[in-house]
Amino acid sequence: MSMATADRPSMAVAGEPLLRVEHLSMRFGGLVAIDDVSFGAAPDQITAIIGPNGAGKTTVFNCLTGFYKPTVGRLTLNAPHGTFLLEQIAGFRIAQRARVARTFQNIRLFAGMSVLENLIVAQHNKLMRASGYSVGGLLGIGGYRRAERLAVERARHWLDRVGLAAQADAPAGSLPYGGQRRLEIARAMCTEPVLLCLDEPAAGLNARESAELNELLLWIRTEHRIGILLIEHDMSVVMGISDHIVVLDYGRKIADGSPEAIRKDVNVIRAYLGEAEDEALPPEVAKDLGKTVP
Amino acid sequence: MVANAAPSTEIGLHAAPALDYQGILKQAALAAFVTFLLAAGIVGIETVSSTGELTFATRYTEVFIAVVGVFLGCVAISLMRAGRPMPALIGAGTVTIVLLVALILETENEVFKAILPFKAVAIDWGAVIIPAVIAARAAQLVFRARAKAAGRTAPVVAPTLAGLGRRAVPWIGLVLIVGAVALPWLPFGASQRKVIDICTLVLTYIMLGWGLNIVVGLAGLLDLGYVAFYAVGAYSYAMLASNFGWSFWVCLPLAGMLAASFGVLLGFPVLRLRGDYLAIVTLGFGEMIRVILVNWWWVTGGPNGINKVARPSFFGFSFERKAPDGGMTVYDLFTSVFGSEFTYNPYWRIVFLYYLILACALITNFFTLRIRKLPLGRAWEALREDETACRALGINPTNTKLTAFAVGAMFAGFAGSFFGARQGFVSPESFVFLESAVILAIVVLGGLGSQVGIVLATAVLIGLPELFRELKDYRMLAFGIGMVMIMIWKPGGLLAHRDPTIRLPNAAPKPDGAP
Repeated sequence: MSMATADRPSMAVAGEPLLRVEHLSMRFGGLVAIDDVSFGAAPDQITAIIGPNGAGKTTVFNCLTGFYKPTVGRLTLNAPHGTFLLEQIAGFRIAQRARVARTFQNIRLFAGMSVLENLIVAQHNKLMRASGYSVGGLLGIGGYRRAERLAVERARHWLDRVGLAAQADAPAGSLPYGGQRRLEIARAMCTEPVLLCLDEPAAGLNARESAELNELLLWIRTEHRIGILLIEHDMSVVMGISDHIVVLDYGRKIADGSPEAIRKDVNVIRAYLGEAEDEALPPEVAKDLGKTVP
Repeated sequence: MVANAAPSTEIGLHAAPALDYQGILKQAALAAFVTFLLAAGIVGIETVSSTGELTFATRYTEVFIAVVGVFLGCVAISLMRAGRPMPALIGAGTVTIVLLVALILETENEVFKAILPFKAVAIDWGAVIIPAVIAARAAQLVFRARAKAAGRTAPVVAPTLAGLGRRAVPWIGLVLIVGAVALPWLPFGASQRKVIDICTLVLTYIMLGWGLNIVVGLAGLLDLGYVAFYAVGAYSYAMLASNFGWSFWVCLPLAGMLAASFGVLLGFPVLRLRGDYLAIVTLGFGEMIRVILVNWWWVTGGPNGINKVARPSFFGFSFERKAPDGGMTVYDLFTSVFGSEFTYNPYWRIVFLYYLILACALITNFFTLRIRKLPLGRAWEALREDETACRALGINPTNTKLTAFAVGAMFAGFAGSFFGARQGFVSPESFVFLESAVILAIVVLGGLGSQVGIVLATAVLIGLPELFRELKDYRMLAFGIGMVMIMIWKPGGLLAHRDPTIRLPNAAPKPDGAP
């Protein structure tokens, strides 16, 4: 199928989830990173993807945001501005057209540029059009100034929201860790996404910063009414704010449901805590233990 | 001469720990010995070609001066380290003053002639610098010690100076532009022509530096083959002007466009490369262009290059004594416009070329200053910082990289076509790898991304060696020392500071909306 069909907007079907992942598989040579995973994410809901290290969570994100091309599977985004088959859109165009934004596990800011510049760069495509692809901007014609002013206002809105307005002109790399995490989220939001993918946003945050992050994500969900996909290890974040949890283990989906259901799920408990001790030991080992310990 | 730099405890300002004379002397002797070993071979023996055969000439005096100089300098530095700057100040100061007096009074006087260490004036000036630097440092230490003794804390000068320098950058730029415009009208006497010629050369490199700065400084794409685009520009102009007889003003934009398309041509295969790998491929590309120029002789003239390239005219009016096609010369034009009589003057062409490259360089500069504030320029900088993040924000990395290559190459093409027009002759000799390296050195030493820094670096790397042509073989040595010094004192380049391209306006947006 050509990309044109993939990009062609159509009306979002009522009741459809924002994102539908069907039979997603990703193989690297002989290694199966994701094996037939299907799940959905609703708009104005926070969907968490959890699982032990190496379960394939980040690979799912990379498939969704165009960094990997999935081996098998269909990724449908039913956005208000059209329906997109993400697996058929190449690289950066997913962010550009389908408006899926993401953050990274190891923060990727433009460290040498100022905090404000980071947020302005996020609005690149809109500003590029306003500057007549630089020609109008260079000659000083067209509505670039006005567009830039609007971009600054949007940036200010997010700077105020994440509490970085005072450091707006400082290099992004000079911010403390928590500030960098918040700035990366603000930068992703400046692209006006319909789906925000956050890869371990609470990693390295202290308890207070983590609580602030929860509040910020809940605010984004209710205020901007966009879908949020969240990879997280911090269970206080996951259980505190997610509406829906998907659990992966060794590339397979082992559970899918509300936080309450997941908390009680036997498979999940087994994946996270290992098997109960007496069950886990093979009979002969248990017998050996019984012999040596008087 | 510097005998009084020998330790004398009386001069010490305040009680410093006892001096370890033996240690200091031993260290100085060791340094002097190492100098002797190095200088004996490198400086002491010179190969002289006389009447067809190569013979050796010995230079014992120079070796002696080097050894004594290192010994005394070492003692002076040790004394400063030990907290006794005064003897060092007196010693180094005396040497500086004696040398300066001797140099200024010139070498007519036999006594002064004997005092001067070297037989070339430029090297003598260089020789003054070293004791002068030691004396300045010692004076600073003495001053600081005095201030401390008087109970005052040393004034914190450094950060304020840095802040001042930062704010002064636009003013420095303005002064430089005004100075550059006024230069042909300043009285330099007999050396007028030489000054303009050197400044034209410096401006060519400044323009190349500013062009490469777009690729390396802003977009972060390490390009070691930049001179290839310079060559494309020069050959485009030379070939179009010689074969079709088109004027400079028609060829200039064409040369720029051709160079830009070569930039895109280079850009495509290297889209996925970064850092070292990109550098290697661009290096190869630069050599490829040169080798093609040498071997495609039926088109490019091969190693002989292209001769008798048309000189640029003043918008169609020739600078020659007689216009070749019987048209008006620029002198006729001025005579008819201003009434008074103007006759043939070869200086006019040189001044015109100077203003031409000044205008081209300033256009490059204003383009860069402006594009940095546009989304494309910000995308270039973002690409330099993190390409993956750019993709995640929906920025097209292919287009962004290609435009950087194309725009950078375009300015090299303009500079190249100016070069061809100025020289009236192009050959592959002018476009060797060393040129790329020098341009890259200018950009790096200036401080990646800094426009004024590039001007300063060009002045140091191109202007000074040109002024010190008397140094002959030591010119490249001076070039190398200059480079090493800048990297030791200013590892980030002369002006490494980066100003944000946009600042958050105060809460109430200004009515005119200019952020």
